[in-house]
Amino acid sequence: MPLVNGGKIADDSFVKLAVDTPLPEGGDILVPAERFVGEADALLERAGKVGVIWPNNRDIAELVPYLGKIAVVALVFPTFRDGRAYSQARLLRERYNYRGDLRATGQVLRDQFVFMLRAGFDSFEVKKQADAEAFMQTAKRYSVFYQPTGDGRITALHRRMQLRHSEGVGT
Amino acid sequence: MYAYDEIDRTLVNERVSEFRDQVKRRLSGELTEDEFKILRLQNGVYLQLHAYMFRVAIPYGTLASNQLRALAHVARKYDRGYGHFTTRQNIQFNWIKLAELPDALADLAEVGIHAMQTSGNNMRNVTSDQWAGVAPGEIEDPRIWSELIRQHTTLHPEFSFLPRKFKIAITASDHDRAAIKIHDIGLKLIKNEKGETGFEVLVGGGLGRTPFIGKTIKHFVHGRDILSYIEAILRVYNQYGRRDNIYKARIKILVHELGIEKFSREVEEEWQHIRNSSLQIDDEVIEDIRSRFTYPFYEKLPHNPDELRQAAADPDFEAWRKNSVAPHKNPGYSIVTISLKPIGAPPGDATAEQMDALADLADKYSFGEIRVGHEQNLALPHVAKRDLPALWKALDKLGLATPNVNLITDIIACPGLDYCSLANARSIPIAQELTRRFANHELANLIGRLHINISGCINACGHHHVGHIGILGVEKNGEEVYQITIGGRADESAALGNLIGPGVKFDEVADVVEDIVEAYLALRERPEELFMDTVKRLGVEPFKERVYATR
Repeated sequence: MPLVNGGKIADDSFVKLAVDTPLPEGGDILVPAERFVGEADALLERAGKVGVIWPNNRDIAELVPYLGKIAVVALVFPTFRDGRAYSQARLLRERYNYRGDLRATGQVLRDQFVFMLRAGFDSFEVKKQADAEAFMQTAKRYSVFYQPTGDGRITALHRRMQLRHSEGVGT
Repeated sequence: MYAYDEIDRTLVNERVSEFRDQVKRRLSGELTEDEFKILRLQNGVYLQLHAYMFRVAIPYGTLASNQLRALAHVARKYDRGYGHFTTRQNIQFNWIKLAELPDALADLAEVGIHAMQTSGNNMRNVTSDQWAGVAPGEIEDPRIWSELIRQHTTLHPEFSFLPRKFKIAITASDHDRAAIKIHDIGLKLIKNEKGETGFEVLVGGGLGRTPFIGKTIKHFVHGRDILSYIEAILRVYNQYGRRDNIYKARIKILVHELGIEKFSREVEEEWQHIRNSSLQIDDEVIEDIRSRFTYPFYEKLPHNPDELRQAAADPDFEAWRKNSVAPHKNPGYSIVTISLKPIGAPPGDATAEQMDALADLADKYSFGEIRVGHEQNLALPHVAKRDLPALWKALDKLGLATPNVNLITDIIACPGLDYCSLANARSIPIAQELTRRFANHELANLIGRLHINISGCINACGHHHVGHIGILGVEKNGEEVYQITIGGRADESAALGNLIGPGVKFDEVADVVEDIVEAYLALRERPEELFMDTVKRLGVEPFKERVYATR
């Protein structure tokens, strides 16, 4: 499954560990939520980056004490119909000021990219190679956005206010 | 009418090209049907019994004449020459070809019409009072706020994959014509003691398998906070609404399971985090949206012109005027409801020719504006009273002057088993038979206001729970069986109807309705006591006795 990071297909340096996989000496690891919460101190002390895979039905606020220390939060779309992780993503970015990598996993398809970018995701485990290759093109599909989110894109309402004021200058 | 600016136009065009790409990928096999299903539903495309069905949004029920012509064009060019107006201010085309859909959308986009979120588990078309902006006594035009919410809910990055569909309706009148109490969120525009605009917010209304009347979650939310408050409700719902069972996934079930107090505490807590954010609306933003609504320049015209007085001698005109013409905020004008319920025809259908002709009449008599109501009728919102006789003659020629608005033959019905893949029973033939039974205008008029609602399955698209007489078709041992309720209503006193007894067969339904009506005529205290009031006074029992005494 290709990883898109920074808008391009990229190598994934993270190895996913199951609940009971022995901990490797070094290297970057992605750990399930329950294991992370149970062994957080030990995990964060070792060499290599640590990320967590957080299910979409668990309160994201539990992660707050660790947000400065983890490299990746991977949120899960069990099917692309299930949109809970969009709320988790916005909470992480906009309420808890998480600045690390926010990764979309699960059934990630081309037609969710714009929504995901707006919600604060910046890396994507994309289901289909063709979708991963079309990432940049798809991400540019829209130039107008009606809602303010933490991604900083200017909203339609805001743009209209700017237009009004710039028109107002000459009159 | 709201006029799109360059920003709105750009977004709709971007959506059309995205959908064109999605259809292309489906036709090439790059997308599976399962993947494509969600994408097409987000754009109002269902796969029905015979063909794809295409549902187009008419936000808050306001159409310009050129938009109605574009709908006629789609009916003619891409469909079989007609469209069906629904109970949620949408229009459906039943015979569309998938490969041609992107072109149909592009044609509609040229006049500022889209089909975004008319189906699927997202925030649906925002609906409102079809008399918005013209009804006497209205607090202010609710369409300004409807448009604000339409924009905010369009392609929302967080709430486009909700547990289930989500419908918002807004009214600004005491008499609720938008059925806000049967919506996921109902908004009643009000003023507080300082004269500031805000909303009473209701939540958790809805029909379907488990019907609920919406409950008030907050008595006053200031207008500047309405987007953040809606966002807080949605965020709680998105995270905690059930996703394990499609029949328990609507917000009404979450509200019911948590209780309105606990649910409102959750929303309140979330809201406190986001209310002072960029979601706060300042007056300038509202003014900007208001500035793109155009209002007619009304002339000062007589309240009772000669033309009207002369026409009063014609009983056919008077019959039509009495039930189709309603008071306008400007006394020289009227609001004219156009019945799409001719005797013997499917409720809510209009042909391309009728739509085109109506667009011309709107230009001539109604400042180019048409409205669509949830009762599946249309309206011309600004008709000078002196023009009423001429308008009536023109409508009559088009088959659009059936004098039955709000009468027993003004039936709301879903497409049912004739079109819909979810249906268990036919709806349209039941409606057609009932209109024939009560075709006599004198009889219908004697009965007075009486709403019949028919759904062909438990999903309740025909809003049977809130019909004065509600008819629900179900399937039992391979046969169509109809359950009949009385006493429902969808207005400000919304209530769910009560079952009168065991279900009856297809060919008995019209007889049973006749029995109910006869019982009412015998039981009412005086002619002014409406069916609803008699049912309220006496309950179900006397009607039940009458219906089942001989069955």
